[in-house]
Parts: sequence; C-alpha cells; structure tokens
Amino acid sequence: MADQQSGGELVLAADGTPLKASLNKAMRKNRIRALLLVTPLFLFILFSFLLPILSMTFRSVDNWHVGTLMPETTAALKNWDGKDIPDEPVFVALVADLQAGAKSREIGKVGTRLNYEKSGMRSMITGSARKAAKLKEGPYKEKVLKMNKRWKELETWTVIKRNTAPYTIGYYLNALDMKYDKGGEIVMQAENRQIYGKLFLRTFAISLTITLICVMLAYPISYLLATLPLRYSNLLMIFVLLPFWTSLLVRTTAWIAMLQSQGVLNDLFVFFGLVSDDNRLQLIHNLTGTIIAMTHILLPFMVLPLYSVMKTIPPSYMRAALSLGANPTVAFIRVYVPQTLSGIGAGSILVFILSIGYYITPALVGGTGGTLISNQIAYHMQSSLNWGLAGALGALLLLSVLALYMLYNKIVGIDNMRLG
Amino acid sequence: MKKMLKNSVFAVAGLAIAGMASTAKATDLNVVSWGGAYTASQMNAYHKPYMKLHPDIKINSIDYSGGLAEMRAQTEAGNVTWDLLDLVLSDAITGCDEGMFRPINIDKEMAKGSDGSLPSKDFLEGTLLSECFIPQIIYSTVFAYRSDAWGGKKPTKMADVFDLKNFPGKRALQKKAINNLEWALIADGVPLAKVYDVLDTDAGKDRAFAKLATIKDDVIWWTEGAVPPQLMADGEAVFGTGYNGRWFSAIAQEKQPFAMLWDGQVLDIDGWAVPAKGKNVDTVMTYLKWATDTQRLADQAKYISYGPARKSSGPLVGKHATLGIDMAPHMPTKYADQGFLTNFSWWADNGDEMNERFAAWLLQ
Repeated sequence: MADQQSGGELVLAADGTPLKASLNKAMRKNRIRALLLVTPLFLFILFSFLLPILSMTFRSVDNWHVGTLMPETTAALKNWDGKDIPDEPVFVALVADLQAGAKSREIGKVGTRLNYEKSGMRSMITGSARKAAKLKEGPYKEKVLKMNKRWKELETWTVIKRNTAPYTIGYYLNALDMKYDKGGEIVMQAENRQIYGKLFLRTFAISLTITLICVMLAYPISYLLATLPLRYSNLLMIFVLLPFWTSLLVRTTAWIAMLQSQGVLNDLFVFFGLVSDDNRLQLIHNLTGTIIAMTHILLPFMVLPLYSVMKTIPPSYMRAALSLGANPTVAFIRVYVPQTLSGIGAGSILVFILSIGYYITPALVGGTGGTLISNQIAYHMQSSLNWGLAGALGALLLLSVLALYMLYNKIVGIDNMRLG
Repeated sequence: MKKMLKNSVFAVAGLAIAGMASTAKATDLNVVSWGGAYTASQMNAYHKPYMKLHPDIKINSIDYSGGLAEMRAQTEAGNVTWDLLDLVLSDAITGCDEGMFRPINIDKEMAKGSDGSLPSKDFLEGTLLSECFIPQIIYSTVFAYRSDAWGGKKPTKMADVFDLKNFPGKRALQKKAINNLEWALIADGVPLAKVYDVLDTDAGKDRAFAKLATIKDDVIWWTEGAVPPQLMADGEAVFGTGYNGRWFSAIAQEKQPFAMLWDGQVLDIDGWAVPAKGKNVDTVMTYLKWATDTQRLADQAKYISYGPARKSSGPLVGKHATLGIDMAPHMPTKYADQGFLTNFSWWADNGDEMNERFAAWLLQ
C-alpha cells in the first residue's frame, strides 16, 4: 500500500483534495450514521443482557464475605499452618470481628456464605456473634470454644481459612456435584446429594426429545401449509398461530384439564373402553406431561421456519426428479428433504435452546420427573438466595449451550440455517 | 346530552386536578404483600381505615410472590423503593441477619395490648423470634382430605396420610423438603416435641426419607399454593397440603367436600419487616404501630381465616364480614396443641443440604 502511494501520482478530487481523503470523509459520515442507528440496540443489549450476565457470572466466583467482613481474622489466619486449632491471637481477632459484625448487623452474610460450604456454620457464626458482643476481656480462646462445639473442629478453621481468599471455585464445585473434604481435597459429593449433574443430563435429554418430536410433527404440517392453495393454508396458519398468541399459563393449565386422570382424555378412554375406570392413565405430573405440554408450546417455533423455507422450494424440482425417473419416495428424500435442511436446523436450534431454559411449564405439570436444571436455578435465585450457585449453574448452562452450538456449526454449518 | 358531556368533562378535570394536588402533598407508602384475598384483608382492615384517618398518606399495595430476592437486589443497588414488607418469619430472620431490615424495639415502638400489657408479653409466645419482625397472623400448613373419598372412614392422624391401605389415593404435597420430612417422622411415631432432635441425626434424616419413600409413587408434587385445592376439587388427589386460609375458602365459600386434618399442622408466622434503607422509615413506623394494635389484628380475621398474633386480639375475633360464619373455629391457633412450630434455625443451617438431598431423592 505504502509503496503504491509513494510511487504513484496522487489522484485529486474536483475540489483539489486527494481523492482518498475525500472518500474517507464521505464514508465517515456513513459510518457515524450506521453507528448511531445501531447505538440504541447496542446499549439496550449491553445494559439488559450483557451486563447482567457478566454480573451474575462474576458472583459465581466472588468471595468477598469473609475477607471484607472479618478482616482481622483473615490477617491472623494468614500464617496458620492448618494442623491444629489456632492459638489465642486468632481468637482475639475473631472476637473483634464478631463484635464489629454484630454491631454493623452484617455478620449474618458471613454465616450464610460459610454455610454453603458446611451445614451448621450459619448458626455457629450468628450465635457466636451474639455471645461475643457481651464478652469484655480475654483470654478468648476458651470462651469462644465453649460458644459452639464446631469451633473445636479443625474443619471449621480449614473452611474459614479457605474462604478468606477473595475468589472461590466453591460454587462451581457445588454445581458439578463436588466438594472439599475435611482435609481440603476436592472429592465427589455424597451420593444422596448428587443432583446437578443428573439434572443437566436430564435437561439436555428432554430438550432433545422435544426437538425431535417437534421436527416429526411440524414437518408434515409445514409441508401441507406450503403446498396448499393460499386460502386454505391461511386458515391452517391461523390454527398454528392461535396457540402461539395464547398465554403460556393458559395453555399449560389447559393441558392439565385435558390430561389429568379425571380429565377429558381419560374420560374418553374410559368411555370407549380402552382403559378401565379405576385404572386411568397417569398422563400429567410426570415426564409424559412435561414433554406433551412443552412440545405443544414450542411447536410453532418449528413450524414457522420450516414453512418459510418450504415455501421457497419451487414445485418444479420435484416434478423434474419424477420425470427423470425417481420414484416419489426417492425424489422426496433426495431432492425435497435436503432443500429443507436449513429450516430443520433453524427450527431445531430455536426449540432446543428455548426448551433448555423452560421452567414454568415443568414446574406446573412436571411432578417428580419434570424438574429441569432451570427450576433449580430459579430456586437458588428466589428462595435459597444462593446467587453464587445460581450464577455458576447459569454459566455452566450457557457454556454447554455454546459448546452444542459450536458442535452444530461444525456438523451442519450455521450458514446453512435459514429462518425464511 | 351535550351539556351533560361538558359537565362530566369538567368534573373529571376537577377530580384530576384535585387528585394531583393531593398526591403532591401526600406521602406515598409502598406496602408489599402476597396479593389476592390476603392483601384484600389487609386493605379492608388496615390500609383503607388508616388512609381515612390520615388523608395525607397514600398507601400503595404492591404484590409479590415471597422470598427475599427483590429485597436483596434493592438493598444492594442502594435504591430501596419498598417501605414495608409482609413476609414469613424465616425470611425475616435471614433478612435481619443480612442487615436488610431495621431492628425494632418492640416494647418502645409498638402499641400496648388493649389490656395494657407490654407488646413483648402480648404477642403469642414463640412468635418474636427476630428483632426485625412484627408478627401479624398465625397461619398453618395443614392437610385436608376429600370427605367423600373412603365411604364412612375418616383420617384422624398424620399416620393415616401415610397409610395407603386404609386411605388409598393420591396425595398432593409441596415439592419441598421442609414440612414433609417432619410429617414423615411424626407419621413414623416420633412425638411432636422430639421431631427436630431426631431430624438432627443422620439416622433420623434417613428415617424421614425412608418413610416418605413409602408414599412416593402416590404423590403429586405441587409448587403453587392454588394447585392443591384444585387437584382435590378435580378428584385428582384425596389428601392435600396447603395453607389453612385456602382450605377455608374452598370449604366455606366454594362448598367443596373437603375436611381438615389438623393433626400435625405446621404453624407459621407471617408479619411485617421494615426495610432498613427505606425512604419513609418514620412514617411507616407510625403506621405499623397502629396497624398491629389489638383491634386491627382482630379486624383482619373478619376477612380471612388466619389467627391474630396478639393474645388480646383473640377474644375480639368475630364473624366473617360477608359470610357471617363464626371465625374462631377456623383459626389454626385453636388447634395449636396438635401442631408444631417449624424450627427455623435448624432449617437455616440445614436447608441447603436438605434441598439437594430432597431433589436427588425425587430423581431416584
């Protein structure tokens, strides 16, 4: 570039300025205009999407509680060798921190944080803080040890010392069904508390099932919609869109009325003698109900992209294949289906990603079998207030979805996806 | 017609101006509560009479679905828009420990009982478990059953809920570890007073889960409080757990064929907490003192079947405002000896662990 410029003559515009500069000037205006047009959306996404995600992800490693609210204990524990219960200086620092924390009414946050690592630490901290507020003078070690039997356990001190660090992987360990053992080694969680790994797998399996069912159900409908004359297909389209416009809760509740054991479907079965009256089928409050209700709710997301792709396929291709000697099945599989792949891909990604994040429908119709990982995330956001764990679970879910997306891109190619 | 229209336009404009003038002067109090019939009872018993007495105060009622997530978010963001929060005791304890709520010196800042007793003596024993919390009502989570389910047989004790042979049918239970574990132990023969001692041991936890497993295949798990009465009304379930107020309206108002099984009821306390960083703390404290006095608490029981938290309010509880039913027999406090109070500090310590174990147990 530079060589060309120095070697060649400068091309001038009509007003005498170099053409390049004049072009730049004209382009800059366009660029600023483009930037201004994009700005509102960019700011919206930044504040309502990217920043909240970043802040939740930050919470999943943030571990400020002990270091900030118990500064003296943190300093005193720095040189503790971890072999035995610490000596008097640590207890002096501990009592000072507990007294300050009781006064500022923030010591409960330390208790909550430590209780995630070991059940019982919460009442140990809050109870001891109340008692420490009344302590006048030392030596403190003996008095503190009497406040709660847990202070005599080495593990208590290992947990406190570990959490004086400003960042933690504890929430991620929890989200992966792992924990620190008494000696501080990372081990698997006890069998009867392993839950998140199973829920992740179950969530992916259910989402995949729903996606497959959606493809199978949506394909013929979309084909019909795309090939029927317009006045019929418009009517059919309304049938597809009507549920799409209806509230999620209404549709879920309608499925309960349809599927429950005293419901419409079972009544029909009994009426036609398919099942006996006291042996009605359990179709809801289990996995079956979850899959039926979610498939119905997500079906339009598969039909619409498939329909718009099929609409663009000229019927002459099929006729050509037939006239060249393919029988209808071969022509359909080798000529028609490959042209709809982009629609299947787009619909599948939509349905799969939406179903991974669903939690209202599974909560209402899911019963035991229908709990998904998002129900646990919601539980930790709203009820247990363990936002660090919610953040860790959310980040893992996001990561696995991104990984699947990349896998999809590698196998199918994201460029092949078309929404219409 | 035209004149009427013109006049009404003036009237509306006048009202609007008057409205603006009054809102400009008035202090707005944002009071947050559970919504539905419950908030309606607070409106009738507290908010409306108070606004009549104090025209310069406007109470905005905001609904929420419980939990401390929003409160914590507001506190952390440093922009607390709520002035008063109606919440369950366990949330009040957690929020108080985290410094979200203002501690209240109950004897100095709240009203004495109508008999002159100190508030700390007048509120029922065991309800003043957090210094940030002013109790309002006693409610209970309790079993009800379909009275037409087993011919003439009627369940009388918690063990009957776990007795599939004599009382077959589906049970609608809340999808949570809390309460279910206690009930399992009670049904297994543990006396009410010993429940938490047993649950505190590993063997006790195993025992509770094992007992719960005996009915696992016959349970429909619910997550929304409106669901269990619906399930029972549809004949989907024969037993259900729920809040006693919802059972009362199903039985007394909707005339459903349900009956209460008070045995093993879990008494719980609902009340008020004042956000520490709220913008109208002084105004709201004056309101709170009035709204939790003896007469006001008794008034609320006219609209909903939850027991008032003050002893002095008990004798004043009258008839339902619209149904005319004598409310006293529908108060969970009447059957207090058959129930127990949740041990909140045990659950604060063990809730995380029990939730994970319960969720894992459900998946087995």
